[in-house]
Amino acid sequence: MIKSLHKRESELANSNRQVEILSNGIFQNGELPKFKDKIAETGQFPLKAKKLEILQINVGYMCNQVCEHCHVDAGPDRKEIMTRDTMRQCLEVIKNTGAHTLDLTGGAPEMNPDFRWFVDEASKAGIKDFIVRSNLTIIRANKKYYDLPEFFKQHNVHVISSMPHWTKGKTDKQRGDGVFDKSIKALQELNAIGYGMPDNDLRLDLVYNPSGAYLPGNQASMEKDFKKGLSEEFNIQFHNLFAITNLPIARFLDYLIASENYEDYMYSLVEAYNPAAVKSVMCTNTLSISWDGYLYDCDFNQMLNLPVNSKVKHIADYNEELLDGRTIMISQHCYGCTAGAGSSCQGSVT
Amino acid sequence: MQKTYYDPADLRKFGKISDWNEELGSKFFEYYNAVFKEGKLSEREKSLIALAVAHTVQCPYCIDAYTGDGLKRGITKEEMMEALHVSAAIRGGASLVHGVQMMNKVNKLEM
Repeated sequence: MIKSLHKRESELANSNRQVEILSNGIFQNGELPKFKDKIAETGQFPLKAKKLEILQINVGYMCNQVCEHCHVDAGPDRKEIMTRDTMRQCLEVIKNTGAHTLDLTGGAPEMNPDFRWFVDEASKAGIKDFIVRSNLTIIRANKKYYDLPEFFKQHNVHVISSMPHWTKGKTDKQRGDGVFDKSIKALQELNAIGYGMPDNDLRLDLVYNPSGAYLPGNQASMEKDFKKGLSEEFNIQFHNLFAITNLPIARFLDYLIASENYEDYMYSLVEAYNPAAVKSVMCTNTLSISWDGYLYDCDFNQMLNLPVNSKVKHIADYNEELLDGRTIMISQHCYGCTAGAGSSCQGSVT
Repeated sequence: MQKTYYDPADLRKFGKISDWNEELGSKFFEYYNAVFKEGKLSEREKSLIALAVAHTVQCPYCIDAYTGDGLKRGITKEEMMEALHVSAAIRGGASLVHGVQMMNKVNKLEM
């Protein structure tokens, strides 16, 4: 198993260093336009937040997996975990916000010791779409997690899980040895209680991230191939596939630099820039909350330590009026969300 | 002066061929893009054909382009290699099938 950048004491464990890399080099010498200038070409700078629709809460960076492309730099060695006190502050906001979606992420959110308590409490708020981003293997990682599918079902949780490919080789290469077999088992267990079945409301969606320095293909075609591959080989059903572009931050940035793919990848992101995707980028209707309660425009900005541009910085001081209309914090990683059909935590945006 | 005939960075400049003949360049790219759209064959199948042909015509730009394109579409390396063997088989077969001509000639000339 590879180690997190933090464990390795890599210079990229420092988010300021990542922002520096993304701001210099080909973006400094004018070879490629900065994101700010690119969106200004179509009058879309500054990018402004619209009405809040999605509250995404990162309950901790601890994870049972160490995926090569992880933008969180998550892993078993990460100790940043949301406390019950911070969860209580989040619950206050969940109860009073008009957001239609609550999205719990990590790390592996299930590893937070207060995860089940939080899901219990949050599910009472009557949010329309309650998402848990589960890496699947956690369900098979330890006996104490075996009943998670049933727990999700009881709380009508919408499960979104990463699955880089319908073949073992590609999946294990990106996410670690043994991940594919455990993921298949977990998906079969979810299917067995109704998740992902065509006529069932228990939502099971998969997320596809490319396993290398290239952009995702057409989401609809990929979904067709995934459905065929997983159903023919393993009799697995799911609802939708979200194709998500890897953003050049954290471990994926480390990989791009080490494999000498960084510049080519940034070129491909800029060349695939789609101005139509800008108006639907997720940061304009999402608020990301970190394990320690700080507010960001998205999970990626959280990892780059680019907090919201607002007087309100922490969930304890949450004020929707002050946050609506704020200017979104941007850097060159944002090209990842505007390439091709666009990319968000819910897949393509156009 | 460039010291090699091929520079990977030149692939990005492909679109610039229209700079010196806008009309024909545009027509070519319009045709090119239409060819690769889903038709009776899927875009995935067309990508694999393009990869095999790229190896047959030994175009390094095309090999780079359609290897990347295949990865984007979730095509596995095993599928890519299988497509290349089709290309190799046709290429090898094209040499060998001319053996019939050689045999005909020998049969005609020999007593």
